[in-house]
Amino acid sequence: MEAVTPITAIEEEIVDEFSLFDSWEDKYEYIIDMGKKLPALEDQYKKEENKIRGCQSTVWMVSEAKDGRIFYKADSDAVIVKGLISMLIRVFSGQKASDIVSADMKFIDDIGMSTHLAQTRSNGLRAMIRQMKLDAMAWNSKQ
Amino acid sequence: MESVLNKKTLDVQVVREQFPILKRQVKGYPLVYLDNAATSQKPKVVIDALVEYYSNYNANIHRGIHTLAEEATAAYEQTRETVRQFLGAASTEEIIFTRGTTEGINLVAYSWGRANLKAGDEIILSSLEHHSNMVPWQMIAEEKGAKVKIVPISDEGEFNWEAFELMLSEKTKFVSVVHASNALGVINPVKKIIEAAHAVGALVMLDGAQSSVHLDIDVQELDCDFFAFSGHKVYGPTGAGALYGKRALLEAMPPFEGGGEMIKQVTYEWTTYNDLPYKFEAGTPNIADTIALKPALDFVSSIGKDVIRAHEAQLLEYATNELKKLPGLKIMGDVKDKVSVVSFVMEGIHPQDIGILLDNQGIAVRTGHHCAEPLMNRLCIPGTSRASFAMYNTLEEVDSLIRGLNKVIKMLR
Ligand SMILES: Cc1ncc(COP(=O)(O)O)c(C=O)c1O
Repeated sequence: MEAVTPITAIEEEIVDEFSLFDSWEDKYEYIIDMGKKLPALEDQYKKEENKIRGCQSTVWMVSEAKDGRIFYKADSDAVIVKGLISMLIRVFSGQKASDIVSADMKFIDDIGMSTHLAQTRSNGLRAMIRQMKLDAMAWNSKQ
Repeated sequence: MESVLNKKTLDVQVVREQFPILKRQVKGYPLVYLDNAATSQKPKVVIDALVEYYSNYNANIHRGIHTLAEEATAAYEQTRETVRQFLGAASTEEIIFTRGTTEGINLVAYSWGRANLKAGDEIILSSLEHHSNMVPWQMIAEEKGAKVKIVPISDEGEFNWEAFELMLSEKTKFVSVVHASNALGVINPVKKIIEAAHAVGALVMLDGAQSSVHLDIDVQELDCDFFAFSGHKVYGPTGAGALYGKRALLEAMPPFEGGGEMIKQVTYEWTTYNDLPYKFEAGTPNIADTIALKPALDFVSSIGKDVIRAHEAQLLEYATNELKKLPGLKIMGDVKDKVSVVSFVMEGIHPQDIGILLDNQGIAVRTGHHCAEPLMNRLCIPGTSRASFAMYNTLEEVDSLIRGLNKVIKMLR
């Protein structure tokens, strides 16, 4: 099996990338770009049971387990949220369930995106992380 | 303040001086607060009244005979008189203090609805309703086997009069409609609605959450049976609002909650209830915020709603015209009869993205479904972005909004 970059190393990469930006515009343009590049989720997955309901944008997410590793696909109708999901997928997809569950996600603070974690109703990021961890736990218990 | 008081046109700089929060910076930009339909900012007189109450005469009301209790009670009851004038009610007994519009509507739905609704009765609402004027009615209708009917609207949000007339019948027991829509700003033809509903013997409640800050309210002239509003949308504190109800109706209604303050006599077996309005004010109320609601309403009256309206109309017109120049932007509820709310969608751009990118420029707008999910579904949109103007907003702030949106377009398209 090919080697998987550990979660903390990917997080560090992302923090390094963000450290290059010195304005909020650059940061968001990067996130928007990631959002635009995330492949659209196939229509068959865009159904009610795959929805993560934040108040404002709709997020769909599906996951599968292969050889003890969890893979995620997701989409949203809002592009910034989609960029944030893309980043989460980059960190989590292909990792071991136990690593996903125990990840502390501190890097979100380090890249200055913790406002998206604030407990407001419009917020999807917190709900997405929670769902990704729940999925990982569910796959883990099935194995 | 002098220059504010004595002018026919509003001196917005003088007004802004009264609102400390407007000096704030957000993310390195001067705050542009355009979310007034959610809650308005508070003038110094309101903040001072809160500090003054807690610093000098905090006491429970209607109970103690000591000086502080008397002062607090007097101030609390003075607000009731001010609210009476603000709404044009006949008597302070018809003014019940609540947490806000939501509690006022729930009070009527439960107290009046429990006592009067029966299976097969119909309650009519409009398609524009805020969840606050929908859910309580759905809940009581379910409990009673009554039916909730919804008056359709045009694509611009206008009340469908013909459909309403067809819906009215002897089964109609209650009509509850929003006076001015929070999501679109559209004003409902409430005077006509009230007349038509009364003609079939139905009662009418107005959700005045948005109208009370902008429009002149005269509940006697309107002849509505109930009217609810929230102080926090009229430059007052959160958690203090009022419900107006016609005296005969309130007298016949059972209490909403039981507890202290609302009783006349209590034994272990039975209780007699207090007179209006106290019958509906169980427990220690929100004394401080209710007291501080008075300076808020006085502040509005001292400037004059007509003067404020003229200023806000200018902002609305300018914003509407400038927004329409942006590519792919569509205004929802683009009608003549509106309060100063402009709601819009932008082709290919999700409202949430607009909200996030404007916030990064210090501009506060509301994005989403505005607690009116059925309305958004009716309009076939996930939500809108909404700018809502208050007396302290300026044309320059509208310019900031337009500049902000141009940046959003540049970043997203
Ligand atoms: C039209 C309308 N109705 C009801 C409400 C509820 O008001 P509150 O939350 O102050 O009770 C609001 C507030 O957003 C509103 O805009």
